[in-house]
Amino acid sequence: MNTHLQSVVVRFSGDSGDGMQLTGTLFSNLSAILGNEISTFPDFPAEIRAPQGTLGGVSGFQVQLGSSHVYTPGDKADVLVAMNPAALKVNTGNIRPDSVIIIDTDSFTKKDLEKALYTTDNPFTELGLPESQQIIPVALTTLTKESLKDSGMDNKAILRSKNMFALGLVCWLFSRPIDKAVHFLENKFKKKPDLLTANVKVLTDGYNYGQNLALNINTYTISKSENLPHGEYTSIAGNKATAWGLIAAAEKAGKRLFLGSYPITPATDIMQELAARKDVGAVVVQAEDEIAGVCTAIGASFAGCLAVTSTSGPGLSLKSEAIGLAVMAELPLVVIDVQRGGPSTGLPTKTEQTDLLQAVYGRNGECPAVVIAASTPANCFKYAYEAARLALENMTPVILLSDTYLANGTSLWRLPKMAELPQINPQGVPEELRGQYNPALRDPETLIRYFAPAGKEGFEHRNIGLERDSKKGSISTNPENHALMTENRKKKVEQVAKHIPLLEVYGNKQADILLVGFGSTEGHLKAAVDALNEQGTPAALAHFNYINPLPLNTEQVLRQYKRIVVCELNTGQFATYLRGKIEGLKVEQFNRLGAQPFQVHEIVESIKL
Amino acid sequence: MEATDFKSDQYVRFCPGCGDHAICAALQKAMAQIGVPTHKTVVISGIGCSSRMPHYLATYGFNTIHGRGAAIATGVKTANPDLTVWQMTGDGDCLAIGGNHFIHSIRRNVDLNICLFNNRIYGLTKGQYSPTSPKGFVSKSSPFGTVERPFIPAELVFGARGTFFARTLDVDMPGTVNCLVEAQKHKGASVVECLVNCVIFNNGTHSWIADRETRADRTIVLEHGKPMIFGKERDKGLALDYTAGLIPRLMVVPADDKRVLVHDATTPDPTLHRMLALMGQPTEAGVQPEDLPVALGVIRNVAEETYDQAVNQQIRDVQQKSRVHSFDELVGTLEHWEI
Repeated sequence: MNTHLQSVVVRFSGDSGDGMQLTGTLFSNLSAILGNEISTFPDFPAEIRAPQGTLGGVSGFQVQLGSSHVYTPGDKADVLVAMNPAALKVNTGNIRPDSVIIIDTDSFTKKDLEKALYTTDNPFTELGLPESQQIIPVALTTLTKESLKDSGMDNKAILRSKNMFALGLVCWLFSRPIDKAVHFLENKFKKKPDLLTANVKVLTDGYNYGQNLALNINTYTISKSENLPHGEYTSIAGNKATAWGLIAAAEKAGKRLFLGSYPITPATDIMQELAARKDVGAVVVQAEDEIAGVCTAIGASFAGCLAVTSTSGPGLSLKSEAIGLAVMAELPLVVIDVQRGGPSTGLPTKTEQTDLLQAVYGRNGECPAVVIAASTPANCFKYAYEAARLALENMTPVILLSDTYLANGTSLWRLPKMAELPQINPQGVPEELRGQYNPALRDPETLIRYFAPAGKEGFEHRNIGLERDSKKGSISTNPENHALMTENRKKKVEQVAKHIPLLEVYGNKQADILLVGFGSTEGHLKAAVDALNEQGTPAALAHFNYINPLPLNTEQVLRQYKRIVVCELNTGQFATYLRGKIEGLKVEQFNRLGAQPFQVHEIVESIKL
Repeated sequence: MEATDFKSDQYVRFCPGCGDHAICAALQKAMAQIGVPTHKTVVISGIGCSSRMPHYLATYGFNTIHGRGAAIATGVKTANPDLTVWQMTGDGDCLAIGGNHFIHSIRRNVDLNICLFNNRIYGLTKGQYSPTSPKGFVSKSSPFGTVERPFIPAELVFGARGTFFARTLDVDMPGTVNCLVEAQKHKGASVVECLVNCVIFNNGTHSWIADRETRADRTIVLEHGKPMIFGKERDKGLALDYTAGLIPRLMVVPADDKRVLVHDATTPDPTLHRMLALMGQPTEAGVQPEDLPVALGVIRNVAEETYDQAVNQQIRDVQQKSRVHSFDELVGTLEHWEI
């Protein structure tokens, strides 16, 4: 029997050494090639290699594929691949009651069950899995060994290929031709032809095994997407998209790209990606600490680079004082905060939106900076580019908020061309100021100060973190001057609102209910609004990518709705912020605090209550 | 170029009698002698009395935040290696709050000229003990004397595998100018420890060696390739005493003794440089024998690849071999498909 589906959620789960991330990525890309929309999210354990077979070592990868409106990796899985009993146990709460579960029966011995802390020898009953689950028991290990018995490979290498058997089986389940998967493997194992042959053989045997299964198992087909504009696509993770947005912006602006950074989960990929991109001239300093990361960037900015530092919450705390210096010295600087669970060290591999108020307000003194937030893995490219544009044009630090969910998740990305990207016109200095320049001189209209990078002849000057005289640029403690300069810095950031798009509303614009969110929850909130409208509860969504300043029409849009529910992965930081910005605005809150992405059904249920 | 070319229009606000005035004048002279134009010269500082220095120099300057000068200077130099970058820092800024950046800029051998103003006191916050204040030092924050052991800046430099270390006295203008010029000529992190007097909070901290009558007998100015001779009458020399035990020690001998050492600042092995730099400094064993002079001048000056050159060379090497040179070409390398 073959069932046609609009979308499906598949979760691959196993030991962190089982190759689940690769399997999931291959399956997702394969589906994307076949024309599906995809959204993925890996769920790593914090430990690099926890003891084999234990609950702490389970690594997961979830993908939703479908023909339209695939905004999230999905709430609960329709199909679970569980490579061992620990993976089954960890995911009991992540699967639908009627899901298909593929298990490796070779990994369900008594010893395996004990490692995963089962107390009986029947894991399914013990976990209370309903009868409606379809379990496909497959001796993955035995079959993989059988498949590779003539390969001449050692046992360890053979066992490492069993994820390919599982992938073959899943390809069969979703009627995916495997030749495209073979193409991906060819790229992956370019330099290891023996491994390529072995993996392709196991993959094919897995697929054929499915076809020959004399079991009464449903297979599925999913149509191609009709919504995506025609074009060349790839799938991209948020951190990589962020790094590439910076590369594109530097080239567009005619600036050297400089990143000062320090390794920190989940932001490190950005530094690693740029460190590998010397071909396009990226300069990366892996600094001795977070403070040096931002400070080397500030030095590079002073010397005229597109200067960036990347970090996560604890690092943002450490960088606060230096960001204040960039505000005071009015230097362009991009600060990327890939948020994680906090406070303190918190939950380094999990996702949260809890640095919002730190980004907006977390510095000494009156210290305004531009704050924006990416909202899908792919649009991390767009917003990294925007962060660079706004910083260079407005002579201000820009904090870009991302988070674990965006950083490691992937979505489809239409390949951009340099010529299509918006212009970037970095602030410079009028030639007539040669010989009379100082770092307080600013455009009287925009209040953006003129900028001469170190090395430019005739514009030598001294910049400072102390208050500057508004005319001479030298140190000043004059009270009127400080008041004026405080206003200048504030207005300069406020006028950025003229250079960002207006807020748009998604869904049923005439509805009474408006969901409001910012950053990475966009997909979940769109899916929730779609579901509400389908279920007869008219709803709309105002989702924010620009936080400070807010889009110019924010108040006007929000005031049109009777009921506003601000949904966020914290205790209500954006709600607090909006209440402060729009006097008398009444908003309800929907907050989730588990350091996990939203579940769409939870939002829907809470709104309908 | 003239020293006045490097004088900014700002009124110099160091206290009357402060050693920083002398170093400021020496910097202007040295910069003129070096001849790098003002727009190619960048002076970075943190916070503290000496960190006001950029305001008085007619170059590019940036008076930043406490302790972070080394990191900001590293960013400037790595971003644009064509610039000559100086860092002005004090014993608090450099060795307390900025200690981490200091050792790492030295470890990386970033081509910076670092002037470390050591007056053994926090001046701008009005008189607290610093990481170089001697044990027992009475200050506003140590009314009963500090119980802390001090840093010896030279030891940190050698511990961080530094390639250049010089020491100079505020009252010795020609010696200071010479050290600053040599620091600029050296490619890599060049640390010049400037022993300066804080006339208000720690007056006379270096008078043991700075006083005109005794200076010649209590200091030795080391010059590369020259015998280590000192004293008012230039009658004393330095030699190694191999009879002191397993490890030889420095000793004072008559200037005509055949054992008098010849200074080699360029030898990569830092052992002797360290022994020379530690003369007259408070160590675990207490202050070294009082007859040993404090070493001034360029103590270590070793050529090694600099960080900023290496970073930029690596980029050029990769670019030469790569087929990707632009964003569009980079996008072309992605695995992609048509929808």
